[in-house]
Amino acid sequence: MNKNSEKVILLGHGSGGKLSHDLIRDIFVKHFSNKILSEQTDSACLPGADEGIAFTTDSYVIDPIFFPGGNIGKLSVCGTVNDLAVSGAKPQYLSASFIIEEGFSITDLEKIVSSMAEESHKAGVIIVTGDTKVVNKGKCDKLFINTAGVGYLPRENYSISTGQKIKPGDKIIVSGSVGDHGVAILSARENMSFSVNIKSDCASLNKMIQSVLSISSGIHFMRDATRGGLATVLCELSETRGLGIEANEENIPVKSSVQSACEIFGYDPLYMANEGKIIMIVDSLDVDKVLDKLQHNTFGKKASVIGEITEKHPGKVILKTAIGGTRIVDMLTGEQLPRIC
Amino acid sequence: MKYITEFRNKEIVSRLADYITSISKKYVRFMEVCGGHTMAIQKFGIPSLLPDNIELLSGPGCPVCVTSNLFIDRAVAYSRLDNVIITSFGDLIRIPGSTSSLDREKANGRDIRMVYSILDALNIARKNPDKKVIFLGIGFETTAPTSAVAILNANAENLENFYLYSSHKIMPPAMEALIDEGVELNGYIAPGHVSTITGSGIYKAIPEKFGLGCVISGFEPVDILQSIYMLVKQYETNSPKVEIQYKRVVIPEGNVKAQEMMNEVFELHDDWWRGLGVLKNSGFALKEKYKRFDAEKMLSVDVEETIEPEGCICGEILKGIKKPSDCKLFNKACSPANPVGACMVSNEGACHAYYRYNK
Repeated sequence: MNKNSEKVILLGHGSGGKLSHDLIRDIFVKHFSNKILSEQTDSACLPGADEGIAFTTDSYVIDPIFFPGGNIGKLSVCGTVNDLAVSGAKPQYLSASFIIEEGFSITDLEKIVSSMAEESHKAGVIIVTGDTKVVNKGKCDKLFINTAGVGYLPRENYSISTGQKIKPGDKIIVSGSVGDHGVAILSARENMSFSVNIKSDCASLNKMIQSVLSISSGIHFMRDATRGGLATVLCELSETRGLGIEANEENIPVKSSVQSACEIFGYDPLYMANEGKIIMIVDSLDVDKVLDKLQHNTFGKKASVIGEITEKHPGKVILKTAIGGTRIVDMLTGEQLPRIC
Repeated sequence: MKYITEFRNKEIVSRLADYITSISKKYVRFMEVCGGHTMAIQKFGIPSLLPDNIELLSGPGCPVCVTSNLFIDRAVAYSRLDNVIITSFGDLIRIPGSTSSLDREKANGRDIRMVYSILDALNIARKNPDKKVIFLGIGFETTAPTSAVAILNANAENLENFYLYSSHKIMPPAMEALIDEGVELNGYIAPGHVSTITGSGIYKAIPEKFGLGCVISGFEPVDILQSIYMLVKQYETNSPKVEIQYKRVVIPEGNVKAQEMMNEVFELHDDWWRGLGVLKNSGFALKEKYKRFDAEKMLSVDVEETIEPEGCICGEILKGIKKPSDCKLFNKACSPANPVGACMVSNEGACHAYYRYNK
């Protein structure tokens, strides 16, 4: 390609994979440069005298806006609540901003807003401020929502979001089956001529996370496996912290309907998005009680230990495949693409 | 789930790997010529299960990878016409052409849409009668029948705004050309889905003329290992032949109906393959009687001069002469995020698969 041609934003820059990471590093972090941002954690951790504040924001541009198991509103609450919760914070307050396309149905808007209220109630947070903008028809796709959130961050949890305490021998837990959200969205898209009975796993996990933190001080890291899926979280972690990771494909829970849909399209469930699943890195001494606690929660019934942190092969994620082979897991570049034949 | 769990059964896989090890004495190189096999072999970590004397090579089986820069350049030129919608499989959109790519054109506001099938493209044409809808037809005997169906439907409906830009190719000429070129091979893992359409007869020349074995394989780990076992056995006993491992899908005569449709719509012409150059009678062009759907004949465009990327050895990789790691651009100037050659773009490309699972 012509090296002189001007670079432009491609859809892949928003996919959460390598292109997104490069963009964040080369444009945003470069210009905004500060100590808190450069940690690049799910929530910014603002230390305080007794306890800190966790602060985060996320924009939701999902298509379609209604999907099996939720809608853009529910998602905009769960997503931000979870970003706070995985940092070890107790989410408290949210903001909600709406960019609405001219002509959008007010009935639909109310449905979306009421599900935001319902989800906030479940999660124990309140939406305390917001903003509304309407743009000309065609200038946005129906409805975009941005939410920001703050939560209290106990001192002892400061290190969770950066994973400073992770050490070889720690176990990796995933809180349930992976890929449900990605497949639910795929099946809800108009141009997809297949239907599967899969609901998005979209849920606020802060209460489950708090219950685990209350019984274990051995939670060394947490992240919600959203865009880019389980594989991307593991790759980011191994790359940024130079950790070796070994995962066992056999132990990774995947629903058979999700597996089947992925087989048809040539997708890998490990890269499919989730909206109600977390990855935890846990001290091996605490792993049994953490797993037990998770499995007693509605959202963690299928929680499973899927691997561990190793001293070997730092910076790489090695997967023992279900058939007994081994391979490297790498970060996705852009969107997953369906197979051609 | 039966076809997933049973064909990924760890015990069967391990037993097959043992069988292979026990009968395989000589050093062998087998080539797969289907991108689906390339992907599955890397994804399941099959090379890690094989003895050191068996080497697997990836051949020219990824449709996107064998496509010429000229094809992309011409597609880019079409996308710049007024009132045109380009429809394409996802992979093709990211392939760099000489100075642009379809995803860059899309970012510049051209109407380029990813579809899952040419039949989706046909629907887009029906819904947009005032636009010219062009489908970029790539792929082998697997995707060519659906293109044939689309053309027959468009013809029956008298659809006047639908065009196929065909780069469809057939597999046997490439398989024979590789041997002719002197690529060191001891057998082919033959493409399962191509053979579903064509049947097994198309590979006859491989054992008869070239003395190489050819096993038509499925895509699951058990399929691939069983196929390797069959190839090793043929090689060790010096009895090259065409065998079908993928019997639950492939029958010797193939899908006759699909063949009839392809024959109705397409004729063979000499076509260019990345790495192999022009191969006689290796591509599908629309027959004269369907020429009104032929983008190349009906829509004139100025196509820029083709520039091949410097240093890229996709051609030699596709021939199995070199491995992705032999390329000086690999994982440096060329990565999935910034691909130089086509083999790095497609999921099924040898460089992409190697990068993702083996780097």
